Amino acid sequence: MGQAFLDNSLWRNVYCFLAGDSSSCASRDYSAGLLPAGMEWLAFAIAAIIIIGLFVNGVLGGVIVLIWGERRLFGRFQSRTGPNRWGPWGTLTSVADAAKTMFKEDVVPADADKILFNLAPILIAAPALLVFSVIPFGIGTYVADLNVGVLFIMAITSLTTLSVLTAAWSSANRIAILSALRSVALLISYEIPMALAVVGVIMLAGSMSLGDIIVAQGIPFILVQPLGFFVFFMAAMAEMARAPFDLTEAESELAAGYLNDYASMKFGLFFLAEFMAEISTSAIITTLFLSGWRGFEPIPSHFWFGAKLIAVLFVIIWFRMTLPRLRIDQVLKFAWKGLFELTMINIIVTAILIAIWPEPTVRHLWYMAAVNWPVAILSIWLVTKLLGTPAYDRTQPDSNAPEYPVGSEEIPASSAYVVETSAQEGGD
Amino acid sequence: MAIKTQPVTVNLGPQHPSTHGVFRMRVMFDGEEIVDVEPIFGYLHRGSEKLAEERTYTQIVTLTDRMDYVSSMLNNHAYILAVEKLARIEPSPRGVWLRMIASELQRVASHLVATGFLIQDLGALGTPLIYAMRERENILDLFEMICGARITNSYLRPGGVFMDAPAEFWPALDRGLDDIVRTIDELEAYLSGNEIIFSRTKGTAVLSPELLINASITGPMLRASGVDWDLRHRAPYDYYDRVNFERILHTASDNYARYWVRVQEMRESVKIIKQCIEQIEPGPVRPSFDDVPRLIRPPEGDAYVAIEGSKGELGFYLVSDGGISPYRMHVRASSLINLTLLRDMLIGGQFGDLFVTFGSVDLNMGEVDR
Amino acid sequence: MIGLGLPRGFIVTLKNFIRPAVTEQYPDRHIGLLGVAKEAGMNPFQFLVKKPADSLKAIAGLATVPVAVEQAARFRGNEFTFFEDRCTACASCAKYCPLGIIEIVSVPGKIDAQEGESYKLDVFDIDIGRCMFCGLCVEACPYDALHMGTSFERSKYARDELIITKEELFDADKRPSSWYRPQFEEKSFDPFKETIDDHYDAGRHERPSDEDLKKKWVDER
Repeated sequence: MGQAFLDNSLWRNVYCFLAGDSSSCASRDYSAGLLPAGMEWLAFAIAAIIIIGLFVNGVLGGVIVLIWGERRLFGRFQSRTGPNRWGPWGTLTSVADAAKTMFKEDVVPADADKILFNLAPILIAAPALLVFSVIPFGIGTYVADLNVGVLFIMAITSLTTLSVLTAAWSSANRIAILSALRSVALLISYEIPMALAVVGVIMLAGSMSLGDIIVAQGIPFILVQPLGFFVFFMAAMAEMARAPFDLTEAESELAAGYLNDYASMKFGLFFLAEFMAEISTSAIITTLFLSGWRGFEPIPSHFWFGAKLIAVLFVIIWFRMTLPRLRIDQVLKFAWKGLFELTMINIIVTAILIAIWPEPTVRHLWYMAAVNWPVAILSIWLVTKLLGTPAYDRTQPDSNAPEYPVGSEEIPASSAYVVETSAQEGGD
Repeated sequence: MAIKTQPVTVNLGPQHPSTHGVFRMRVMFDGEEIVDVEPIFGYLHRGSEKLAEERTYTQIVTLTDRMDYVSSMLNNHAYILAVEKLARIEPSPRGVWLRMIASELQRVASHLVATGFLIQDLGALGTPLIYAMRERENILDLFEMICGARITNSYLRPGGVFMDAPAEFWPALDRGLDDIVRTIDELEAYLSGNEIIFSRTKGTAVLSPELLINASITGPMLRASGVDWDLRHRAPYDYYDRVNFERILHTASDNYARYWVRVQEMRESVKIIKQCIEQIEPGPVRPSFDDVPRLIRPPEGDAYVAIEGSKGELGFYLVSDGGISPYRMHVRASSLINLTLLRDMLIGGQFGDLFVTFGSVDLNMGEVDR
Repeated sequence: MIGLGLPRGFIVTLKNFIRPAVTEQYPDRHIGLLGVAKEAGMNPFQFLVKKPADSLKAIAGLATVPVAVEQAARFRGNEFTFFEDRCTACASCAKYCPLGIIEIVSVPGKIDAQEGESYKLDVFDIDIGRCMFCGLCVEACPYDALHMGTSFERSKYARDELIITKEELFDADKRPSSWYRPQFEEKSFDPFKETIDDHYDAGRHERPSDEDLKKKWVDER
């Protein structure tokens, strides 16, 4: 599992197949490319288009499957069957939904800021797709292995809120504005614990590149960094506005929040972006904490990645199905008073451990896990103790408490149910 | 320096996912805080009370089904008691037991709906709601068995019920009661100790018992504030003086207390039904048509009877001029009166609690607007 | 009470995840290979060998069987059942209908020396579009001529088609609901399996035998 594997990216393979003689392909066996020398720019463009097409369509296909799978799982959690009418096991349901969405009337409110209103769906879909460029889906299957990959993800995901704010502002709808302001508050609060939660992982791996982080995971970092995983998971749920933090879309309060005025495929793009965010979040969690594509040898790496991704998605859907929503002040309190402290504890403990074992081997990682788990459980217990709502002092009225005037009041005979016995003949 | 903010007026409803029907509120927000609420209703007004003046006494039973459509048996019950009092009809004992069983089943169904939708308003994406609805479905199946309809029952008639329960009803009822208890246990394991629900509902929309009494609010809302007021116990109608049940009380008077009282009342209803099954006696289910004709002509006068509905005191006031239809019918709709304190509950609260409070009142727009 | 609430909630939802679904699929139910084989009365392996195409379809989740929704015998359904031989055109049903949607026009029929004058039904229309299925007309019918039906699939594209006419009622399958008809329950009549063809069976009393009739009307006089 060395540098050679990581260097073996899909894009570079296509590029070198087309333009073999270039210097960047010197270490490879491609003696001559398909294109003549001097046409490296064309090889570059073709390779880029192929890779973009592959990733975008792959992600969109994944979204279609995810929508179906999520609805099936929703059904199972609610002891229903879920959609099963169109196609085998209902797999064509989301295809039918997509067709329906595209043919709906595209309504733009009269008061809307037309340019921004049309721009917002594009603004939200583009960053959601960009995140996938740094995620390694398997050995060699990635677009770019940035040396600041984690930082890139953090930067790109926070763009989502900008487009949410744009959408809400441009549709000139007060409910949408309330939703967007909640979204901004959520982002500002949860970006910090999310970034700090990754610090532990970065310290252990010694790199911000996702490829290096996977290579460093002799054992999955969820075992070494339970606290980091907990905080990152919660913050990620909040970032993509999933239950119990789905305040931006809060169906029972804000109807659909910032999506209120969107119809047709513009709504569809928001919807797609939301599900893309779900997939990318699961992929990031898989990469950072579940050792990405690593697994036993005979089974291919892509399969391992997919299996872990689906497991994380299942947990996210399980959370969404089970938990009620928190209130906005509670959500913010949870971020600043709960998760922030937890990340600080995590960083300090991890720093001490790394000071003891500067170059952690697998055995040292197990030692770290043994230290980290008690710390995690203790600190989470402490935080819940501090933040939790205390129970009632007393729920039953005192037996000797003064009765309210109503307690002794006699019901007037005219309004009590008393049948007078003098049965009278009525009617015909 | 304090940031200067400006209140925003937002119109919520009448088409909104969680207004329990068609209810409209003009809410003024300062940030997330509610400054002012103006409830606007009447979107579901069907003129039931006026229509009743054109119907015979038996035909009005079908109108009462449609007032509070999640507890139609209780509406039937209150109306029939008023007619019996007005026309001085002695009910048949078996009919009385049967209608008590039906009413208590309906109370469980109504409380299940209330609990489910309260948690839905809390944002639980329908999972507890569907668990509650699943159980309500079993109760509606029982209703279909005894009266052929699931929601608009029209089961009760002056003097009892229209027909005896079929033989297969009794084993099904026994099974159904066990299922209900199991579902309540499941809901309690899921919801009662849930920290999120607890932190969302504890201490929100607190009302003092004095205010509740002055506003004439009844039902689980009043009992959640510690006032022991249950018409089944205070002014027993039918044979409620022959069954034992605990009055569920809570002192907190907040949203959680209202939820808790409802859940525990379902258990008490199951107890009442079990006692009814033990005490039911054979016999006719309604007086013969010689005693109570199909076309009732009550003597001149008026009658008001209130029962403990699922949402509070449900009263029917009937005035007769000696004819075949009432001169005037008025319904004391508990939903409408419970709604009157909405402003007191909401103002000063958070936006997120708005619909939770709304759900904890457990109102039904069909009954509010009639 | 407060403490382990969230984990307990997760366990409850997971239990329901494993539990079989309570959904009643309608009008048809999707069944897998096992279900198809059971329908055909074979074991799955047998079925797989004998009907490979059907098996593949079942494995892909495309095989369906029609389902009958479980209903109670008292179900107040969408179609009325009417026995013209029992009807005397007294119009009680029309009088008792809260909405006044039953239209009855009767004409004087034949005059029988024994039975006296009788009325013949000319028009008998029920406007199902406004009907609320309270069943008061059935309760009012003194001769058990009108019964609630048990079916519920009567949606139409035009409102006029929702009016059930006399002829339609005559021709329809007689599957009366036992709503307010205790005689059906005593006979344990199942409207979802059998029909009532003889109008004497729909009444509250058994038809007296010919001997009894003779005894009553000839011998006693």
